[in-house]
Amino acid sequence: MTQTQTTPTKQPSWFSRLAHPGVYLSWSAHLVVPLIVLTIVTFGIGLWYAFFNSPPDYQMGETVRIMYIHVPNAWLSQMVYAIMAVSAVGSLVWRHPLADVSMKAAAPLGAAFTAVALFTGALWGRPTWGTFWEWDGRMTSTLILFLMYIGLVALWSTFNDQSKGARTIAVFTLVGAINIPIIKFSVDWWNTLHQPSIISTEGLSMPASIATPLLVMMLAFTLLFFTLHMVAMRSEILRRRANNLERRHIAQQMEAKQ
Amino acid sequence: MIDLGPHITFILSSYIGTAIVVSLLIIWVWAGSNKQKRRLADLEAQGIVRRSQTES
Repeated sequence: MTQTQTTPTKQPSWFSRLAHPGVYLSWSAHLVVPLIVLTIVTFGIGLWYAFFNSPPDYQMGETVRIMYIHVPNAWLSQMVYAIMAVSAVGSLVWRHPLADVSMKAAAPLGAAFTAVALFTGALWGRPTWGTFWEWDGRMTSTLILFLMYIGLVALWSTFNDQSKGARTIAVFTLVGAINIPIIKFSVDWWNTLHQPSIISTEGLSMPASIATPLLVMMLAFTLLFFTLHMVAMRSEILRRRANNLERRHIAQQMEAKQ
Repeated sequence: MIDLGPHITFILSSYIGTAIVVSLLIIWVWAGSNKQKRRLADLEAQGIVRRSQTES
């Protein structure tokens, strides 16, 4: 008598199920509108605090209000790259298509937030330090980050096969991640014009009247990023789906002709 | 409106510049999303759909 052995099928984890591109499209559709509403409300509260309910700084005066947009964008410039680095690991180790999509969708957003951080930093620097730009550690490493974002956006457009391109870009992204701790600790490692980090493990080095609008604006910009990232990821999944359908249709037409 | 002092130009330029970049980013992301939705709708109108849709 023969005994048949059956291998138990391994069920995908809840995370794997949620990260399936089709399932992602389904559940994320319910989150877009609530995220938009939450972002608008948070920006409303943040801007009200920034302009009408916060005092001028005792040293910087009214220019402290530039901090409410500069710091959130500087924070996002690094956070977005960290998200891209985590996605790059997901792309290289698990070859997950959603990790590729996340990496690609985040790059232009990161470039825009970094550009805003540089632009507002220059406008804050002129009245505070007397110069728009100084080649110090923090500013130079942030400029390098911006150039890396631009390079990665350009690199994505050079690959016809996006899944093959994702492997190469993931490697470049991980190599570039070395710049993130350099940006973070540049103000501690080198004697720079840029002020030290205002947020540390010891908390915020500022009064609550200035910390409140800053934290609300940081939340607003972070929500803006997650909203745009989600929509951009959905868009990229649809783009790949449309590309595959067109390719299959062309292949079927060629087969029919032969 | 509060008095923004002698550095009003720097403060307003920062906020206006940021608003322009963020607005362009939102328009670009939304336009991209709508473009892909239209592409898929056009393909569907031509009967070009995913295998899972034809099977159901």
